[in-house]
Parts: sequence; structure tokens; C-alpha cells
Amino acid sequence: MIELVAGNPVQAFVQQVVSGLASGAVYASLALSLVLIYRAMDVANFAQGEMAMFSTFIAYALITGFHLPYLIAFALTIAISFGGGVLIERVVIRPFEGSSVLTLVIVTLALFSIVNGTAGLIWGYVFKTFDSPFQFGAVHFQGLYIGYQDLGIIGVTLVVLALVFVFFRYTKLGLAMRAASLYPEASRLLGVRTGWMLAFGWGISAAVGAVSGMMIAPVVFLDPGFMQPVLLFAFVGAVLGGIESPLGAVVGGVLVGVLLALLGTYVPGGENLRIAMGLVVIVAVLLIKPAGLFGRSEVRRV
Amino acid sequence: MALLELTDVHAGYGAIKALHGVSVSVEPGSIVAILGANGAGKTTTLRSISGMVKSAGRITFDGKEITNHKPEDIARRGIAHVPEGRGTLAQLTVWENLQMGAYVRRDRRRVKQDYDRVMEYFPWMGRRRDQVAALLSGGEQQMLAIGRALMMAPRLLLLDEPSLGLAPIVIREIFEIVGTISKEQDLTVLIVEQNANLALRAAQRAYVLEVGRVVLEGPAAELARHESVRKSYLGQ
Repeated sequence: MIELVAGNPVQAFVQQVVSGLASGAVYASLALSLVLIYRAMDVANFAQGEMAMFSTFIAYALITGFHLPYLIAFALTIAISFGGGVLIERVVIRPFEGSSVLTLVIVTLALFSIVNGTAGLIWGYVFKTFDSPFQFGAVHFQGLYIGYQDLGIIGVTLVVLALVFVFFRYTKLGLAMRAASLYPEASRLLGVRTGWMLAFGWGISAAVGAVSGMMIAPVVFLDPGFMQPVLLFAFVGAVLGGIESPLGAVVGGVLVGVLLALLGTYVPGGENLRIAMGLVVIVAVLLIKPAGLFGRSEVRRV
Repeated sequence: MALLELTDVHAGYGAIKALHGVSVSVEPGSIVAILGANGAGKTTTLRSISGMVKSAGRITFDGKEITNHKPEDIARRGIAHVPEGRGTLAQLTVWENLQMGAYVRRDRRRVKQDYDRVMEYFPWMGRRRDQVAALLSGGEQQMLAIGRALMMAPRLLLLDEPSLGLAPIVIREIFEIVGTISKEQDLTVLIVEQNANLALRAAQRAYVLEVGRVVLEGPAAELARHESVRKSYLGQ
């Protein structure tokens, strides 16, 4: 890709930023799904990527097995993922309600293995291709080539993020979910069924994660491990933006995408440094500004 | 018939027992005060009513047993509990706090009426509806908690130490408003207070708790004249 525009350094730079925005959008949505659960239960869900992987396999099955049109498979997958997220919370997480953070972390790690193994059992470990819903080709603009694929990913992600924002900001249920996650006890006294609010949170988180999986799948190959690097970079994004801040997660995820694209272009052998770079960012953020770009260092009353 | 009836209620936190057989009866439309020193079991009494703490014994509301029901179910029956520390949803705005009060209600028209009424009691809320609750003063947060409770259209209001940490003039204002609301809306109020003076003036009936037991009960005016109450709680 770089050879195409290598003649003009500015164009080459912009080109890389745009393609970084597309992968960043994927990290952003998975980061957002992480943050949604983190805010509700103070636990990073290590199974988030695997859940998104499983969702993507469901979409794959609907498209290749049931021959559904992409759009219907997409919508159905989101609905199934929502239901699956709710179910996981009710069945797997709920018995550990009130347990220590460490216990819950181990539960999500177990969930990681279970979801991964189940996907392997059903669909095997052979790489599969997931067809892109977007046309092949690119928009030519000022000497730039912006793939429909990239534009599509950015567009879909923006729509999803906007919907999540509107839901939490302007609906009664969204308000109750925010209240329940921040102030569980006071919310119960107002009649809020906080247990269900948490389950819905898992559902929404799983649905948002599913979108990230379906968006990145055509770019990579489909196998039970394909979301693991994405989860790592989503984590980096979430930590960078502030693990308690949904807006921060989105901004952080996008920044990480752009950063990695530039790293691959301008640093010799940078492609192989991606994971190391991600970890460097995490360490740097935790050292310099642990609350992240958008997080507030919270003062807690004991 | 009493709206709320506690019969021989025991409750505690783990091995520590806070209530040793408390019986309290609250008549509809009245204000009842529970007085007592720190650690007498006042807050635990309220918490066992609203299901926030496990209890033994019998608690009935409107003739139906609610002992150990879930807090959210008890709230849905019409008991609004303003907890110690006011339960302010600090990161949410004034308006969002009030909306959360009406969370379980479906009757939009009535909710609007109640909202307007809350605005009459607390006109400042309308001007500051988009402000985050954390930025309010302690007195304002207490008023917001009461306003939010009214948005539930409750049949019983439980107030836990509404005077805590507030200036005397603000405390008086809050008690006045509670009295007005109870009268105007025929709302039953059970109020827990350390400030016995004000509580006895606002209430029709009162109980005195000591180490988890009711040691005195009767009409508020009578208790205010009672020798030991005057000594221990009114500082006279």
C-alpha cells in the first residue's frame, strides 16, 4: 500500500492514519465493551474477545450455513450476542456476585477457555475466510486511496457508538443502568432490579463486541484465536483512555489503531513490535497517568 | 389498622446483633419518630424495613408481610427509604436523580404532576436541574433525596437522620417541608433522628431505642415532657 503513495510523504502519512482509524475503530468498540463491564463490576472481562469471536462465528454460520443475507445475519448476530451476554451473566457471573475481584477475574479467565474451546469444538481450528460486506475497491481522494472496507468499518462503528451513547444518555433504562452500576444500594431502594441491570450490561457489551468481531473478521482470518490480539489492543486503548470512561475507551482505541499503523510504516520491523508496543503504552499510562486520558482519579470514601 | 407494623424484630450484621426484638407501629398519615443514641439500632430498624438487612420477626406493610423481601420489591410496594448519607446519585444530574425516583412508575401524567409538586416544594431544583448532584450543598442533597423519594409516589417515607451534618437553619427548613408534605399529601413518615428536639416537634408519636430495644414509646408531646427523655435526649 505504501508504495502507491510513497512519492509524497504527507500523503503517505495521511494514508496510514486513515487505515489506522479503521483498525482503531475495531479496537474502540471492543474497548467500549470492556469498559461497560468494568464500570458495572470493577472487573476486566478477559473473555470479551472470545465472546466477540464466538459471535463472529455465529455470523459466519448464519451466512455460510443458513445462507442468510449479510445484513440479516449481522442484525441477528447482534441480537443473539445480546441474549448470550445476558445469559452468561445470569449463569456464570451471578453465582459469584459479591466475590472478590480476583475471583471474578479468574471466572472471566475460565470463561475465556470455555468459549474458546467451544468454538474450536464446533467450528474447528482451520482458518476460515469471512467475506466482507463492503465492496472491494477504494475512494480516490487528493491522491489518497481509502478502501471501502476501511470507510465501512469506521462508519459502522460510529453508528454503533452513537446508538450506545444515546441509549445510556437519553433512555430511562440506560439511566437506570448507569445508576445501578454507580450506586447499587441506593438504586435498589428506588426499585431498580440491579441484578438484571448488570445482565443487560453484559448483553450490550457482548453486542458491541460482536460488531467489532464482525468488522475485523474480513481483514484477518477466522479461527478461535483471531480476537486475541484485538483484545490486547482494546485493553491498551481502554487503559489509555481511562478504564472507567466510555468516551476514553473509544478515543484510546482509535489512538492505538493509528499508533500501530504508524509504527508499522515508519519503524523498521515495526510490524513485529506491535504487541510489545501495546504493552509499552499500558506501562507508560499506568506510570504517568494511571486514570488514563479521560479518567478521573477517584477519591473514595472508606 | 397500622400501615406499618414491626413485631419483635431481631436483626444484625453477622455476629453482631443490632436489634433485640423491636416492635413499632405506624398509623397511616402520621409522622412517627425513632430516637436514640448512636448505635441504638435506629438505622438498622429502617434497613430491616426496606430489606437492606436480614431480620427475624415480622414486618407487615399495609397488612402484608414484607419481612426479608428484596429491597427493590419493597420499594415497588410504596416504601421510599432515604438512607443515611442521603443516597445521592452524585454523578447524575438533579433531573436524573428525580427521574430515577419515578423509575418504576408507568403513569406518565401522574409522574409529571408529582414532578411539578416537587418543584413547588423546592423551586431551586428547576433552575439547577442539569447540575450534577455532587455539586449541591449537603442541605440541597438532602432535599433532592426527599424530592426523589416523593417522585416514587410512596405511601411510606423512611427518613434516616435527615439532619446529619447540616446547619441548624437548614435542618429546621427540612423538617418544616417534611411536615408540610406529610400534611398536604397525607403521607406517612417514619423518621429516625438524633436531634430529638426537632423530631419530637414534627412527630405525633415517638419511640426511644436503647441498645436495640424500645425503652419508651408514646405520643410525641408526652415523650417531650418525660423526665428521662429530657435528660438524655433534649439536654435539659
